[in-house]
Amino acid sequence: MDVTIIDCGIGNIKSVQRMFEAADGEAEIVNRPEQLAGARRLVLPGVGAFDAGMSALGEGWIEPLRDLALERKIPVLGICLGMQLLCRRSEEGELPGLGWIEADVRQIDTGGEAGLKLPHMGWAVVNPTGPNPLIPTDEGEQRFYHVHRYRAVCDRDENVLATADYGRPFTTAVHHENIFGVQFHPEKSHRFGLALMRRFLSLPC
Amino acid sequence: MLIHRVIPCLLLSPSRGGLVKTTRFAKPKYVGDPINAVKIFNEKEVDELTVLDIDATREGRGPDFGAIEELASECFMPLCYGGGIRTAEDAFRLFSLGVEKVALQSAALRNPSLIREIADRAGEQAVVVSIDVKRGWTGRSQLYSYSGVAAGADWRAAIRAAVEHGAGEILLNAVDRDGTLAGPDLALIREASQIADVPLIAIGGISSLGDVKAATDAGASAVAAGAFFVFHGPHRAVLITYPRYEELRGLWSSAA
Repeated sequence: MDVTIIDCGIGNIKSVQRMFEAADGEAEIVNRPEQLAGARRLVLPGVGAFDAGMSALGEGWIEPLRDLALERKIPVLGICLGMQLLCRRSEEGELPGLGWIEADVRQIDTGGEAGLKLPHMGWAVVNPTGPNPLIPTDEGEQRFYHVHRYRAVCDRDENVLATADYGRPFTTAVHHENIFGVQFHPEKSHRFGLALMRRFLSLPC
Repeated sequence: MLIHRVIPCLLLSPSRGGLVKTTRFAKPKYVGDPINAVKIFNEKEVDELTVLDIDATREGRGPDFGAIEELASECFMPLCYGGGIRTAEDAFRLFSLGVEKVALQSAALRNPSLIREIADRAGEQAVVVSIDVKRGWTGRSQLYSYSGVAAGADWRAAIRAAVEHGAGEILLNAVDRDGTLAGPDLALIREASQIADVPLIAIGGISSLGDVKAATDAGASAVAAGAFFVFHGPHRAVLITYPRYEELRGLWSSAA
């Protein structure tokens, strides 16, 4: 298996699996922590509330995930809520996050621009901050489907992989060593998402 | 620059053998095979797709999960499904098949707490509440309901109730404009977008990119259309189309 997708009941994992398959990858869905043994690349999808997500991970997932992500350092991709769970904490909830990315999750600041409602729902142009393994800087405009009310705020610029704009710029992709997170939905972003999945599949593991 | 979503809305009518397009919610005309249409829209890189089964509630049945799973497997963009969803379990089953959003109408009017029940587990962004508004001969607008639930009620109150109960989006349907290509009901959109403090998708009457722009200028966060994307020419030949991204981007960048 090229990719192991975590199903702890908080995401539309079927679409993620389909996009990896469209990118010629083999993707398995696991719904029990003991199935993580032998994972080569991990995907943590998720939609819904932060505390609901952390509670779900609290059912035995956190230790094996930590071992894979921080000790064995296999490639990890958090999607949407999955990205937010990689951070330390969220304004949306009380529970601590995984804390693998030095960032807090805060509500989107639209700068008060009229007509910009929350959640932010739709396509946005994503601008990488520099060369990186997931989003190309030299292949034209990159756009991805976003659905969110919160976004990551990193302590340090070096962890910001890409930004987008909704009234004001916000961080829409984060990274630290082998760990990546995207606020948007690559599995629902046509050829842009397909290319991102391909790049994730080619990360050495 | 903000890019508003432009969403083809397909009407599924299994009793008529596939996709249809209605006029003012009546006179369904067969327009083709659902899977074929979804494949074409996928290739055209549409922003999002909405599929509504207009037979389900009338026939007193639930969603056709098998057919929906097949549709979802062809969608590499967000998919919203509506029609015959009566319980939270129906919605969760749809999510597990690869549907991102469910559109509720009759069931939500009958039992608004269903919205919260689904939103609590799947998030508010996954629940769209569809509000159909029809104008009487005096021009006065009221809630229209295919199934008869709450027909004639105050649509403004229905929007407020839906948002209060956790709807992440409102699909506002101008029934009198449906299938007419007569342009959107801008006064309706303007009023509804003030009431809904979640994204509002306007549908009904769209016939051109100019109409799309007018609807977003009136306050719609996104615009959906049926006839505009499936008919071509004065004789309404079936032809599936979708504007190029550059055309859509041009609509809003010129206004900035």
